[in-house]
Amino acid sequence: MVVWTDFETATIKDIFSKLDSEVVGFSSRFLYRCLIVYPWTQRYFAKFGNLYNAAAIMGNPMVAAHGKTVVQGLELAVKNMDNIKATYADLSVLHSEKLRVDPDNFKLLADCITIVVAAQMGAGFTPEVQAAFQKFLAVVISALGKQYH
Amino acid sequence: MGGTSDHRGHPLEMSLSAKDKALVRGFWAKIAPKADEIGNEAFSRLLHVYPQTKTYFSHWSDLKPGSPPVRKHGLKVVGGLSFAVDKIDDLIGGMLTLSELHAFQLRVDPANFKLLQHCIMVVLSMLFPNDFTAEVHLAMDKFLSRLALALSDKYR
Repeated sequence: MVVWTDFETATIKDIFSKLDSEVVGFSSRFLYRCLIVYPWTQRYFAKFGNLYNAAAIMGNPMVAAHGKTVVQGLELAVKNMDNIKATYADLSVLHSEKLRVDPDNFKLLADCITIVVAAQMGAGFTPEVQAAFQKFLAVVISALGKQYH
Repeated sequence: MGGTSDHRGHPLEMSLSAKDKALVRGFWAKIAPKADEIGNEAFSRLLHVYPQTKTYFSHWSDLKPGSPPVRKHGLKVVGGLSFAVDKIDDLIGGMLTLSELHAFQLRVDPANFKLLQHCIMVVLSMLFPNDFTAEVHLAMDKFLSRLALALSDKYR
């Protein structure tokens, strides 16, 4: 079981409470950054239409909508920090059996999320906050990969 | 035309497009005034977020973010980055001496280059949120990946 310090718990909840009010902007920003910086991740979004270049990706409403879906998934983990593994069991099955996402991609998306949050928080994204946030994302990634076999 | 050196046209350099190089050069010129801060922030984060990297600096008195030895080393690191931007047309050749240093004297496991790369990107995003666009992010990521490869070129 993952042990969270008070600082880590407070930090994660604080970050997500602040992002909540900007969910549309934030969520599409990190997803389109992933699709642009790591273009091979587009393989999972063949049905999203025009992903031809950065401008197309940034203007794509399906990307924006999907970014929101991912954030909602993360918020679920924030609400259940003491048992992310169990909370994500179904999501893990979904990603492995239906979506068939190579779990290495989770790390790429997590790095993009970190970078977008850093841009949003500026000086508030201290090394201590970064460590807590990356620990959270690592737990999420591990839980998402648990049901792969 | 002079003779080509044997590392000219190495696949590393070929994969950074003219646009990538222009983006990296342009962005680096813009952020140069904050070089010291970038070095300190990136290196402080490396040690704090990835504590296993502290094993290379066990001889220092203070490994806390922003401490004097950390700041001093951050300056060295960002100096190395500036040097590399200057050698962007020939990273393998340009980084030869630094590669030998890391390979034979420092013996830093190259896996750590990726960790520092990520910390650098986080700091660039934090300090320059409007300039660190997706396209700059992509170009910098490609450049730093190839720099890491050039740094490990002499390892074995």
